Amino acid sequence: MELYQKTAHELQQLIAAKEVKAVEVAESVLERARQAEPKIHAFVTLAEEEAYQAARRVDEAVSKGVKLPPLAGIPVAIKDNISTAGLRTTCASKILENYIPPYDATVIAEIRNQMMVLVGKTNMDEFAMGSSTENSGLFTTRNPWDIEAVPGGSSGGSAAAVCADETILALGSDTGGSIRQPAGYCGIVGLKPTYGRVSRYGLVAYASSLDQIGPLTKDVTDCALLLQAIAKYDPKDSTSVNQPAPDYLQEMKKGAKGLRIGLAKEYLGEGISLPVKDAVQNGVKVFKDLGAEIVEVSLPHTEYALAAYYIIAPAEASSNLARYDGVRYGHRTSQKVSDAVELFMKTRQEGFGAEVKRRIMTGTYVLSSGYYDAYYLKAQKVRTLIRNDFDNAFKSCDLILTPTTPSVAFKIGSKTKDPLEMYLEDIFTVTCNLAGLPGISISGGFDNGMPIGLQMLGPLFKEEILLRAAYGFEQATDFHKKRPEI
Amino acid sequence: MSLSIKEVEHIARLARLELDGSEKEQFTMQLNEILDYVEKLNQLDTSAIEPTAHVIPVHNIFRKDELKPSMDPEEVLANAPDRIGNYFKVPKLLED
Amino acid sequence: MPLNDYEIVIGLEVHAELKTDSKIFCGCTTEFGGEPNSHVCPVCLGLPGVLPVLNEKAMDYTITAGLALNCEISPYSKFDRKQYFYPDLPKAYQISQYNDFLLCKSGWIEVASGNGELKKVRINRVHLEEDAGKTVHSGTGILDSDYGQQDYNRCGVPLIEIVGEPDLRSAQEAKEYLEKLRTLLLYTGISDCKMEEGSLRCDANISLRPKGAKEFGILAEIKNLNSFKAVQSALEYEAERQAELYDKGEKMFKQTRAWDENKGVTVLMRSKEGASDYRYFPEPDLVPMVIDDERLQRLRNTIPELPDSRKRRYMEIWGLPEYDANLISGSRELADYFEAAVKEYGEAKAVSNWVMVELMRLLNQEKIEITAVKITPAALAKMLKLIDAGTISGKIAKTVFEEMFMTGKDPEAIVQEKGLVQISDSGELAAIAKKVIDANPQSAADYLGGKAQALGFLVGQMMKETKGRANPAMVNELLRKELEQRK
Ligand SMILES: [Zn+2]
Repeated sequence: MELYQKTAHELQQLIAAKEVKAVEVAESVLERARQAEPKIHAFVTLAEEEAYQAARRVDEAVSKGVKLPPLAGIPVAIKDNISTAGLRTTCASKILENYIPPYDATVIAEIRNQMMVLVGKTNMDEFAMGSSTENSGLFTTRNPWDIEAVPGGSSGGSAAAVCADETILALGSDTGGSIRQPAGYCGIVGLKPTYGRVSRYGLVAYASSLDQIGPLTKDVTDCALLLQAIAKYDPKDSTSVNQPAPDYLQEMKKGAKGLRIGLAKEYLGEGISLPVKDAVQNGVKVFKDLGAEIVEVSLPHTEYALAAYYIIAPAEASSNLARYDGVRYGHRTSQKVSDAVELFMKTRQEGFGAEVKRRIMTGTYVLSSGYYDAYYLKAQKVRTLIRNDFDNAFKSCDLILTPTTPSVAFKIGSKTKDPLEMYLEDIFTVTCNLAGLPGISISGGFDNGMPIGLQMLGPLFKEEILLRAAYGFEQATDFHKKRPEI
Repeated sequence: MSLSIKEVEHIARLARLELDGSEKEQFTMQLNEILDYVEKLNQLDTSAIEPTAHVIPVHNIFRKDELKPSMDPEEVLANAPDRIGNYFKVPKLLED
Repeated sequence: MPLNDYEIVIGLEVHAELKTDSKIFCGCTTEFGGEPNSHVCPVCLGLPGVLPVLNEKAMDYTITAGLALNCEISPYSKFDRKQYFYPDLPKAYQISQYNDFLLCKSGWIEVASGNGELKKVRINRVHLEEDAGKTVHSGTGILDSDYGQQDYNRCGVPLIEIVGEPDLRSAQEAKEYLEKLRTLLLYTGISDCKMEEGSLRCDANISLRPKGAKEFGILAEIKNLNSFKAVQSALEYEAERQAELYDKGEKMFKQTRAWDENKGVTVLMRSKEGASDYRYFPEPDLVPMVIDDERLQRLRNTIPELPDSRKRRYMEIWGLPEYDANLISGSRELADYFEAAVKEYGEAKAVSNWVMVELMRLLNQEKIEITAVKITPAALAKMLKLIDAGTISGKIAKTVFEEMFMTGKDPEAIVQEKGLVQISDSGELAAIAKKVIDANPQSAADYLGGKAQALGFLVGQMMKETKGRANPAMVNELLRKELEQRK
């Protein structure tokens, strides 16, 4: 078995025991990436030099006998909407194609402090708007299980890189499912933490009230480790919540026994493919065997979630993306312009892709004079109803089990014509963001060789419950051990 | 409710997005589809419901009035598409 | 019809920068000036991914301003994004407060109106927001410039907007209102209020209507008012202009105009028909502010006794004339100085005379602020006591006071050092009187011949002889006595 095939918790033992050098791990992963990239296209930027430097520092520390942080020397890939000082951060957009941030996001500062090895920046849908990476302004990432299929999105580059062993760990961001959906499509683990659990400082904003950074990993143990590393209160983020994180590894090992797992009919109705339904049924059986209790719950406002999401997210996006005007950084039109307004208009026309423009337009419209109450305020009220649904449901269960997506990864180009059809991809994942809850997707089966994601949603700040259930499931199954041939 | 091309042009202007002819037509159609879809929220009576602006109810998050170092102007201007001295350079602004 | 037949309706929107050390949402300095783009960080530059964190002092200062302006303070308040594209606005939105949940609303202040009476002018709101950057135009101004140069140093300096109701009825009243507002803000210590540095800025809305009419006329907003004088002159001009247009029967339209200081006219900037659409929505990156009684009490305690109350006290209890009471209470520092000296000395009238005449003269002459004055209130009181004790004359006191002003020395020390002690010894003075009369026989003869004014000359000579130290109350008497003896 090659080093790049291992998990973080396996490598961490080897490095600590001085059986393997961090530089060897970096070498193995980077070599694998070089080999896989021509097919997968997961990375926007590979940071080989920086990676080797970071790895060498770890090895020096090991040789000096310094006590290392848990994930020291472990390669991690970063979604390209997380600010990295001195390293291009493009958001997969032409408008930021050459933007080099002067500062580190708080999670990046943590990663550097904890001596992880940043191997590169991963592809995504432009500004995290999309479910396939087809909206990337740079190129489309391929699903390692089938390079004709999408890896999911918007954190598709991170998911594909983990899945193809081009990195050990990855960070993504999740606004409406952008970690969980690609994790599901690639058969890996993806967790969206509670809103406020992880600092958003340095995450290039898409929809500020929904965005959250989270881990994409090969297994649940790695997920717990990476979450532990980044789940910290940050005074630079006013919406970060000062609530100490438990020992996730410890909690995780308690497993699924005794948990009450909710099944909601609103997530199991029409539109779901048979294999996905079967996978959920199989999941139920696994959990029952593990000693969990299955209860029925109802989330009656689920059908309105997507509509609320597609008002709130574009509205906030239209505001967050207004700063890209060609004055201080990023793309500026080279066409001749007569004044600043024309500069703004042409710069933004050239710099943004179609989906970004569509959401900016939608968002501008719903916030424009006379429409605020009918759209944005209405959607925020529906958001309250959705939160209430979950509050009620969690009175009778500890977590809720759903499919991550209605079916497995679709073929590239099959859904690009109709934006609304693409939006429906998010139908099971957006509620979690609207309610601020934590959610996880794990590999729960296969349909014709393509992975099926199982999603679990938990109460606010109860990531450990999701990890317990996921770990129990993983111990009892071996879907997560399957890796694609590349 | 149906959005006209004229309204789409107005929104594009508000958003400072230049659209070409085909984009205008396409967006008019697609925005109408999206607006039709979100119309379903009106099935819900929300008159007695408080809006959710923040999912986590925290308040009074402050910083102390303390100075932190600013960036070096060279760093501030490092990504500037155009500059003159230590200023960012932009075309003049005509009132619109 | 003449301007007199119209009622002028004016409301002012005033912006004041808050005197915090750091900016509203980041740790950059608020210091005025500096090399372009040297007071800038990722947050105030609006780089992708940054987030704001509220400077608590900026919120507290806003509440303090609200309290001083008799506003209601909201127990719950929040920020909104005001969205518009402008090169000096890095995020393309300004973090501000929209109509609901403002920090302060429904206040008022009292302003001297034309007829000598006080008038209550209502304040609609005081809210907190961030300042924008600065555009330096190439060429001589916005009209002939080829490009703009952006400096973001000012971006993110905390700013309060004070929106007045349209209660003002003349340009003079508007100026009085603005001055009063400035005094109050200076009293609370939350702003420098320097119009020349832009830390106090003012836009004016003005419209006319026939006297007695209920409906408001069509208003013009006037920008670029960079001094108190500009506010008054621009509004006077604009009232005339609008009256003329009404008289000519021309159609009015809502517009924004700019004051051209050099030409003394307002010029059209833009019509406001297609009003801006700011697409306000609640700022998701900031959490609400909850203002409890404990905070309100604490902030209330930071506000000193305000000028109106002081003025009343000076007049009613200390018997100062209105002019003096007004002038002294008009500056917190001066009033504090005055009151400290009164407390030391025990009586107000003499203190106010010295403050109003000698101190003011020297402050103006030396261009010094009261805060930098070297004479402590205690030293002033001590000097007054030296006069009362007859140690120095009132005339000598002026010399002593000047010396104190320049050097900050103790009055007693100055008197000793320079030998300025008043001569009140009648023997000594009588001898000098003799000497003066001997030296000026003609004057003596004139006096004795019935020319009473000749005595004045001899008094002057005696003062000269004693370098002003002769006790003036004794000099006349002694001279007269000596002259009578020579009859
Ligand atoms: Zn700053």
